[in-house]
Amino acid sequence: MEKVKKKIGSFSFWNWVTASIIFRLILIYFPKNLNLSSRPEVSTPLTSFRRLAEGYWLKQSFMSPYAGSMYHGSPLLLSLLGPLTINSLVSVIADVVSAMLIRATGQNLRLAYLRSLESLDLVKQIEVSEFLFSGDIAALIYLCNPFTIVACVGLSTSPIENMAVILCLYGACSRLIPLAAFGWVIATHLSLYPAILIIPVIFLLGCGPDSPPRKLFLQRHQQKEVLNQSKLPPRFSWGPVIHFAFWAFLWSVYVLVLCGISLKQFGGLWEMFKSTYGFILTVEDLSPNIGVLWYFFAEVFEFFRNFFLIVFHVNILFMILPLAIRLRHRPCYLAFVYVAICSMLKSYPSVGDSALYLGLLGWFVNELADMQFSLFLFCGYVGVSLLSPVMHNLWIWRGTGNANFYFATAMVYACLQIVLVVEGVSAMLNHDRKLRNLITGKPQDAKS
Amino acid sequence: MVLLQRPHILLLLIGTHQFLQCWIAFGSVNEEGQKQAEFSEELLLKPLPDHKLLAHFHFQSSGPPSTSNGCHHHLFPKAISQLVQKFRIKEMELSFTKGRWNYESWGGFDPLSSSNAKPPGVELWAVFDVPQHHIDASWKNLTHTLSGLFCASINFLESTATYSTPEWSFPPASGNVRYGTLPCEAVCTENLTPWLKLLPCRDKAGIALLLDRPSLYRGFYHSQQLHLTSTGSSSEGIDSGIILEQTLTVVLQPNSEMAIEVHASEKHIQPSWSLSSIFGKQVSGRCVLAKPSSVYLLLDRGLSAANGLTSENFWSNPSFELSANPDRIFLEESSSHSKSLSILYMFQVEKYCESEPFDIGLMWKVPVAWLCQQTPLHASRFLMGSGNERAAIAISLKSTQFTEGFMSANSKDGSCELRVDVFQVVPWYVKVYFHSLRVFVDQQPRAVSDIIEKIHVSPSKDKMSPGVMEVVLKLPCRVNTAALTIEFDKGFLRIDEYLPDANQGFDIPSAIISFPNFHASMVFLEDDSLNKSPLLSKFQEKCPVMSYTEVLLVPLTTPDFSMPYNVITITCTVFALYFGSVLNVLQRSVAEEERFLKAKAAKKTGRLPLLLSKLSAKLRGSGINQN
Repeated sequence: MEKVKKKIGSFSFWNWVTASIIFRLILIYFPKNLNLSSRPEVSTPLTSFRRLAEGYWLKQSFMSPYAGSMYHGSPLLLSLLGPLTINSLVSVIADVVSAMLIRATGQNLRLAYLRSLESLDLVKQIEVSEFLFSGDIAALIYLCNPFTIVACVGLSTSPIENMAVILCLYGACSRLIPLAAFGWVIATHLSLYPAILIIPVIFLLGCGPDSPPRKLFLQRHQQKEVLNQSKLPPRFSWGPVIHFAFWAFLWSVYVLVLCGISLKQFGGLWEMFKSTYGFILTVEDLSPNIGVLWYFFAEVFEFFRNFFLIVFHVNILFMILPLAIRLRHRPCYLAFVYVAICSMLKSYPSVGDSALYLGLLGWFVNELADMQFSLFLFCGYVGVSLLSPVMHNLWIWRGTGNANFYFATAMVYACLQIVLVVEGVSAMLNHDRKLRNLITGKPQDAKS
Repeated sequence: MVLLQRPHILLLLIGTHQFLQCWIAFGSVNEEGQKQAEFSEELLLKPLPDHKLLAHFHFQSSGPPSTSNGCHHHLFPKAISQLVQKFRIKEMELSFTKGRWNYESWGGFDPLSSSNAKPPGVELWAVFDVPQHHIDASWKNLTHTLSGLFCASINFLESTATYSTPEWSFPPASGNVRYGTLPCEAVCTENLTPWLKLLPCRDKAGIALLLDRPSLYRGFYHSQQLHLTSTGSSSEGIDSGIILEQTLTVVLQPNSEMAIEVHASEKHIQPSWSLSSIFGKQVSGRCVLAKPSSVYLLLDRGLSAANGLTSENFWSNPSFELSANPDRIFLEESSSHSKSLSILYMFQVEKYCESEPFDIGLMWKVPVAWLCQQTPLHASRFLMGSGNERAAIAISLKSTQFTEGFMSANSKDGSCELRVDVFQVVPWYVKVYFHSLRVFVDQQPRAVSDIIEKIHVSPSKDKMSPGVMEVVLKLPCRVNTAALTIEFDKGFLRIDEYLPDANQGFDIPSAIISFPNFHASMVFLEDDSLNKSPLLSKFQEKCPVMSYTEVLLVPLTTPDFSMPYNVITITCTVFALYFGSVLNVLQRSVAEEERFLKAKAAKKTGRLPLLLSKLSAKLRGSGINQN
């Protein structure tokens, strides 16, 4: 991944965008059915379009879409996408919109980063001219990532879920509070996990996309013995956060009312919560996917099932606070780490989730330039994405393999994501440390 | 022990019999108009076209109204009447079947096959006379009781994932019906013994004496049924008691050695048989408690037509010879469907005794070939697709010779339609996509709304309820083939939900294909003495023609059953790795970090970017200064 990023910079951005769109269209209208929509990597019980079509059919025949254990998505998605189930152009459009939002956010982030360097008087020490346009790179990574393409062509709802997450981050970065609230509410409504993005969004709104730690700033200026109050980074401002909370409340009431109307005769909202969030939290469907929980809950003893359900979900929640404390001055990076952790530990992960955090990773090309193991990670991702379908085929279709082979690739994939998260966080902390050292260290040393 | 006990049982039986006869005589004088406990035993034998013989045992006990003599029963089995009273059963049918009814050669359009051809394994349905919210509780209790009564695993039908509530396509549908099947249940003699215990003479006397276990279970098809009808309902006050029908249908291959010896050259000749050659036993008189005790020999329409039997010459038949003289001969009332008529020979067992046991034999003289009357459409079901991820169920309907006749009869009016009801239950781990239902008529895909008149679907809920699909098809009469396909995903189960032999696969219960416009009935021209025979009066009832499809075996993917500990430990290790390393990165103190950076910078220089080399140079410098 890292190598790709560096190459792309010189190419024309728009050429790549058109190329990726055309490639998607070719795949969609490919004469032979690629059967991507039934791949376990693409369609989980939550994102499968086939299940959405079944839910739509049930609704058309005056039954609750949640009557069987088929559909577990949002009722709004059903009324929006139901009539278009054959048309996969929706996901292409969603992908392009997401890429554009990623680009805009990336440019925003870059400006904020430069501003913060300026305020710390580090512009001369770090060669800004070498900085890549991280927004363009992130957008291109998102658009050209095979994972994104597969999720888009394979008719799953994850492009739409990803778009909602990106919309939320974009809104928060560019201070469009209603938009951010809308994105957050929709993302949470579609798949429960983006709910924890509220913490980075609050930091984004309260402190801005990239504010150097206040302590660092004060340190810097104590050394210089001049305290310019006007240049001080703003304190945490509660105004936008309250504004956000208000809008989030408004949007969630709106979404719930809409859901309530569409499910009025089919058991109401409680039925919806039970078969969407309940289904996510209790891991009822044990069909194989690229995560590790399906096999775990297929094998674990019934007696311990509830215990492990709690353990695995709490694992996500436990990490929120420590990460928020250490990365609070970089809310976008915090959001990336949260998204990566969720896509690793969620009940029904798909490649669409990986596509999202790999795209967001592009924002931090400059900061993560000295990340370790990047080649290893790249090779690992390539290897797993080649091996996993092979093992699945051996197990399910040929009957010569065993569930353990497929599970092993899922395990390796989980480990790769762990390494990515750990190394990413560590590289970002190192980068911060480097900045601090540049400030506290001797400037003449740094210049030489 | 048995030999020692036998005289006692006989003595007891004779004693009971005499007492009962006195009592019945007494009762009939005193309580005229009130129904009495009655028992009848009948056996129907029917030669089948493919050199086999169908034997249908029919025992019927009718219990008196429960109010007439409290909880005392003379003939009626007490266990059954308690069952009916406790669970308020209106109607119930339980069948244990081994083998598959061959609709093509054994027929499907007569009362015998449409009510006695059952799906393999156990099938149970019951109609309850209780409020809606109590039905499920009653059903659960009933399954447990029956499981104990018949030594079978009927209690597996207790879970909501195994039984269903047919809305309208199941013939006895009346709202409170529950239907469940266990296709993989093995049926054996341990299920027959408790069934025989319900008979007043068990298998010690009468026709039931023929039920020799080795010869029964050697058969091609074996279906043992218990049908309960309770007309009593305490709320209405009209109480006519309980009718318990116990039937046993077997299809056997007669020992054809005799025929081969005689006509070695003739391969097409039907095997000759006698009761003693099939069952290895003879009937030594009737069960003394049975009112009508008779044996019938049925020659169906096709056979009598092939033999050239008509209403004139059926007394003297040239093609076969009976070893005993029939007491009566019944002719079927002429029907509109076909010109030829079925013939029924009746033998009364009462006339025979132990010294002169009853044994009927049939010796064919000339080869005969005929066809049984078939269902309007022959239904079969199969799986499509490969692999263990997804597949499709296809139900195909093929026209038979009957449809051709029907079509020619009805071709005058242009819009002739054939109504077919399909009732299909699938277990929850077969995740059916109902939107993928396709209809093909004469191999051409047709719009679902054109052919399907009515559809009712109740989708399956994981581990909660099975998927039920009820469809009414309106097919044109000239149809040759019709097919329904529906796709499904194969579910993945937890390791303890798999059956002991998981790689064998899972059974999808038979679909029921019924033809509500057709009724199978056989009405025999007879005087009022016919009313006494419950079997023949059952034949006269109009029962809808229905057929069961094959049971499908769906292989499901299995996880590795030996892995639970490995999977738990490995997964937990990965999670611990994640938790520990992320926390470690976040907590690492600054000094440690600097040391780490120094060490790293000392080690590599080449691949590091420019920035880092600058930084490390600076750090090294500062480190030296400190030292």
